[in-house]
Amino acid sequence: MEALLEQLVVGLSIGSILLLVALGLTFTFGQMGVINMAHGEFIMAGAYTTYVLQELLGAENITAAFLLSLPIALVVAGLMGLLLEATLIKRLYGRPLDTLLVTWGVALILQQVARDVFGAQNVAVASPAWLDGGTELFGIDLPYNRLFIFALAMAVTVAAWVVVGKLKQGRRMRAVMQNRQLAAASGIGTASVDRRTFFLGSGLAGIAGVALTQLGSVGPALGTYYIIDAFLVVIVGGLGQLRGAVIAAFSLGIINSLSEYWTQASLAKVIVFVCIIVFLQFRPQGIFATESRGLA
Amino acid sequence: MATAMKALGPTREQLLARVGFAVSALLLLVVAPAFLSDFRLGLLAKFLCFAIIAVGIAIAWGNGGMLVLGQGLFFGLGGYCMAMYLKLAEAGSVGLPDFMVWSGRETLPAFWKPFEHAWFAVGAAVIVPVIFAALLGTLIFRSRVRGPYFAILTQALAAAFVILLVGQQAITGGTNGLTNITTFFGLDLADPGDQRVLYFLAAISLGVVYLIARQLLNSRYGKLLIAVRDAEDRVRFLGYSATRVKVIAFATAAGMAGLAGALFVPIVGIISPAMLGIVPSIEMVVWVAVGGRASLAGAIAGAIAVNWAKSSLSEEFPSGWLYFQGALFIAVVAFAPMGIAGAVAWARDRILERTGRKQPGPTTTATAEGTS
Amino acid sequence: MTTEPWLIDELLKIRGLEVDFDGFKAVDGVDVDVKVGEVHFLIGPNGAGKTTVIDCITGMTKPTGGSVLFDETELRGKKENEIVKLGVGRTFQTASVFEALTVEDNLDLAASFRMSTLKLLRRRRGTSETVTKALESTGLEDVRAKPAGTLSHGQKQWLEIGMLLCQDPKLLLLDEPVAGMSPEERTRTGELIRLVAESCTVLCVEHDMDFLRRFADRVTVMDEGKVIKANATVAEVQADERIQEIYIGKGRGIEEVSA
Repeated sequence: MEALLEQLVVGLSIGSILLLVALGLTFTFGQMGVINMAHGEFIMAGAYTTYVLQELLGAENITAAFLLSLPIALVVAGLMGLLLEATLIKRLYGRPLDTLLVTWGVALILQQVARDVFGAQNVAVASPAWLDGGTELFGIDLPYNRLFIFALAMAVTVAAWVVVGKLKQGRRMRAVMQNRQLAAASGIGTASVDRRTFFLGSGLAGIAGVALTQLGSVGPALGTYYIIDAFLVVIVGGLGQLRGAVIAAFSLGIINSLSEYWTQASLAKVIVFVCIIVFLQFRPQGIFATESRGLA
Repeated sequence: MATAMKALGPTREQLLARVGFAVSALLLLVVAPAFLSDFRLGLLAKFLCFAIIAVGIAIAWGNGGMLVLGQGLFFGLGGYCMAMYLKLAEAGSVGLPDFMVWSGRETLPAFWKPFEHAWFAVGAAVIVPVIFAALLGTLIFRSRVRGPYFAILTQALAAAFVILLVGQQAITGGTNGLTNITTFFGLDLADPGDQRVLYFLAAISLGVVYLIARQLLNSRYGKLLIAVRDAEDRVRFLGYSATRVKVIAFATAAGMAGLAGALFVPIVGIISPAMLGIVPSIEMVVWVAVGGRASLAGAIAGAIAVNWAKSSLSEEFPSGWLYFQGALFIAVVAFAPMGIAGAVAWARDRILERTGRKQPGPTTTATAEGTS
Repeated sequence: MTTEPWLIDELLKIRGLEVDFDGFKAVDGVDVDVKVGEVHFLIGPNGAGKTTVIDCITGMTKPTGGSVLFDETELRGKKENEIVKLGVGRTFQTASVFEALTVEDNLDLAASFRMSTLKLLRRRRGTSETVTKALESTGLEDVRAKPAGTLSHGQKQWLEIGMLLCQDPKLLLLDEPVAGMSPEERTRTGELIRLVAESCTVLCVEHDMDFLRRFADRVTVMDEGKVIKANATVAEVQADERIQEIYIGKGRGIEEVSA
């Protein structure tokens, strides 16, 4: 029983990481339908931002560097996304598969840039003292860094929910997503909404990158470990559905940790994949589907 | 009474294709072996295997609109099937492949057993990928998961497969893969003369695969596949099962990748997870994108050209090559989606126009992309 | 022995059809009867649920209640392609043909839908009689080798009807076949449909009143997901003030109804 509970906690932890890396995608992929494979490299950029800030501010200011890197990574990754949208993705609307391939090319280049700038070896990012160690609840270890990521994921989700659901900007975003022509006709600048959405989605990848520095070292291939799982979360959750992404991320996280526990780590991914395929037999549109009419 | 089955002679396009096929066969079977060094010929043999994968991708992606980002999986299945047999054949009386002996295993895992038979291994190298793809394709296409979703699922599958191979080290060889393969049906893989035999085997296989693919695309089924690419739902309302149409193309592409894997193993002497993960799988799509996604000849040319460039450039500029590959890929997909084949067709049309031999009519253009 | 189709009075019998889009009843207890050989029109203001009814017959939308009997076979729960194979063909509001394929290949694919997969793997040699006839009837002989994507809007509609001709359906569902067409194109389309109707039964969704008057045998009128007048003649529809009011209430010009 205790072991099961422990796996549940591990699952929630994996789920919160998945959620954090997938949140940005619910904007770019979910709202705009853009498959950005370079999203993983925006995560990487966020992680390296933390590293650079720590180097700049020195060993005595690790906490400051870490906290500062959250907003700065958002801007860095967001600007990278903005640049990508303006130069390439804009030309490829309506060609989702080509977008996927082109952004993968971009990802390849960004990884190589990271390798040339920071070296092929992974770099270590120090943790602020208050994230070292952990606490215990019902005999289960709760490391502070994982608790922090869980809290961050929740905070970012709530923030995203407020932006999409409550603010004017979010209403415009939804309007553009639901009916581009109509939104344009009602005076919404769709191009500028696209840019902002993309900035936001990419920026969230940067924040995820900062969080990931607390789980391990940072390397040029950091993003590739997470990008596919992140897309799977969005597919299972349903396109553009924040609540779907939350449920999907935690479900996949828990299935992953349970199957790792009952079988072997290397089988877990296969089991998760099988679960997704079976799930799609019943809900091909994801957990929260938007009914659509017409010849899609 | 019009029992009108108006006979169609070979068109100009068909004649060109036949001449092209004959010239390519001559180049591959006579010119290349005569002029290339053993080392270069060995490389070319490897590229021909890649070209076989590319033909499959051109069918599934270029003509069927299914972006297959996990072909490494099927390539790997084919490669491992063949390598398992070759390892067992070399193990001889020990009955265990070397890496199992080293890791202290005493009995052969049950799923290795049938691979003691050559015929089983050769058949499985193609049939296992086909069955696997047919099963997976049926499940995915039936639930109408398509476009980018399908692409990402295939990619996830390739990733899971690699993790599985690495994790089950004791029975799969782990990260190292299956290595030190030295003989192939009595051929000594270290002997340049025997390597030539393998080269011819690869070249002839590619020719056969090309002809099969051509027949497939020229048949009614090929038209149906394009119809599904451009308007899947409309095809259902013509009374066809779009799922079946897609499954056939996906399984064919998988079988071709499997065959390529089976040929690759004796030519290179190794198969390992690093050759079938996400990055190699996407590289396979890069070849086809560069060559021209809908064109079989383009896919073959793309596979050979990109790999040739990679092997010559990456030796001298390892980091430069990655920039170049990324940039090339972006440029081709974003700005020249028809690739080399598109450029050739464009040039040919211009020449025919100049010489006044081009009949008025549609040029060889295809839609850039057909997704759901 | 199964009953021969022409001995059954009703080819299509819809009973209590219901479609629920997330709580919104797009179709609410609809009955429609289409008799063998007739040209039956389904009219009503925008959003009345006409197209949804067609979608239910063809398997594109899954009804939440009721039954769709075609030739005494229940269509509910069947797949789109199975329904087509039973002999139900349809067109769409926006003509959908395979733009990358030639006109002839479009027709040929339509004509080959009962072929086995193995036979499909053979190359097409020459032009079959069915396709030749369809090319003649649609007047598309001159453009037979052109990609369908290069055709005009009207030509695409005719090609689509030509494809249905090749399939020789028992029941043909037309979804606004003349919307967005010039008067000449309408006449041409009307002639084509008349030709098709010689050999099959037609259920047509259309707004164009002139078109309706020229071709309809019987009319069913829908509004807000319900049938408000069933199996009426054109004269009865034009005489019915209630129907006119619905159209006016929905902001459609009276001339369209009474013209």
